[in-house]
Amino acid sequence: MRLRALLVAAALGAAGCASTNPDPRDPLEGMNRAIYAFNDQVDQMVLAPAARLYRNITPDPLREMVRNFFNNLDDLFIGANNLLQGKPAEAVNDWARFAFNTVFGVLGVWDIASDMGLEKHNEDFGQTLARWGAGDGPYLVLPLLGASTLRDTAALPVDWAGDPVAVHRPVDESNALTAFRVVGRRADLLEASRTLEEAALDRYVFLRESYLQRRRSLVYDGNPPRERRPAEGGEAR
Amino acid sequence: MKRFLAVALLVVGGGAQAQGLTPPDELVKGVMLDIQAIIVKDKDLQSGDRGKTIRLIEEKALPHFDHVEMTSLAVGASWRKASPEQKQRLADEFRSLLVRTYASSLASFGSQKFDFRPLRAKPEATDVTVQVRVLQPGAQPVVVEYDMEKTSRGWKCYDVRVAGISLVVNYRTEFANLVREGGIDGLIRALAAKNKSLESPKAGGAK
Repeated sequence: MRLRALLVAAALGAAGCASTNPDPRDPLEGMNRAIYAFNDQVDQMVLAPAARLYRNITPDPLREMVRNFFNNLDDLFIGANNLLQGKPAEAVNDWARFAFNTVFGVLGVWDIASDMGLEKHNEDFGQTLARWGAGDGPYLVLPLLGASTLRDTAALPVDWAGDPVAVHRPVDESNALTAFRVVGRRADLLEASRTLEEAALDRYVFLRESYLQRRRSLVYDGNPPRERRPAEGGEAR
Repeated sequence: MKRFLAVALLVVGGGAQAQGLTPPDELVKGVMLDIQAIIVKDKDLQSGDRGKTIRLIEEKALPHFDHVEMTSLAVGASWRKASPEQKQRLADEFRSLLVRTYASSLASFGSQKFDFRPLRAKPEATDVTVQVRVLQPGAQPVVVEYDMEKTSRGWKCYDVRVAGISLVVNYRTEFANLVREGGIDGLIRALAAKNKSLESPKAGGAK
């Protein structure tokens, strides 16, 4: 926990680096690119190999159970965020998911709630702040944590406080579970990261655009107001 | 995500000639199911035969994309300053980048289930979004959206959004940066170089 706080502080504190090509949404591009390069190295040397190993030594159904277990723990805080966003019906849905999956799905390893028609949602405190009116703020790349914005970074302490894995004690168990969860999620993204490498002319920019678009979509629960199609060759937005 | 992008590229069609203009949602459904049926029956495609996959995409999916329109939207304001030859080259390079990038993800397409959402648009609409939810065991459904426009040659797709991420918007900033640095020709060169690097057999990489 203290490490995370330090990393965030370092990211915020390093502000002020010059950027070569100012994009209004990314005033700290110089710093962000440096952190991105660092994260990429860590990923290539540690995280991606661990994720490939994990995928090679485990059968698909087992990984699905692990994924479900962690996803189930998230549903409690997702429900809380739905409540904070004024969506009580969704909150009830999320907590019902948690109850059914925990009791009948053996601590969440089987996602029977989805089969029952209780849909999984995606919420976090950053989205709640956005619903309350907070803008994105500058784009930020956080050491080890990756793409974010000022708003989403400010929301992180609340997300951690609402994360059963992060608040679990003793700390070494919490850390071990966190590491396990991170490797599992990275394993799910192995294809996506190869697509990024193949599709992007500039991976940093491609990732930034994807993150900002994805967050906007999530804030509006998948239905952001449709931007009018720009006129032929026109400037967008 | 890659496999969803692949799905996204596979807008419909197949043999169905759009005579009386197939409605956009039926078009998408027909093409996706058609391509899926082909993959299910073909071991080469399932094991990722690249040449064959690219041919499949070009035959079945590409006719339903307006790749010039797509390119013009991604290039943005500079499109108007490009000469007809430059426009053609841009569109060709962009098209082949998209095909190459997503060809390798097609193998998993056979096992996915689609939930085709009813079209929410007025009958006279000429610009609609077709939604498909891609269901995979053990993962949240991913929404793929095709922005489609009515043309004299049938409904054509001009943008694809996967989980809310638009292909066109994603490339727009990249393209703008490259044009600022090297003009339209700089962008063409960058795209051509990228395509070339994707052609050469890759060493290693994630499986």
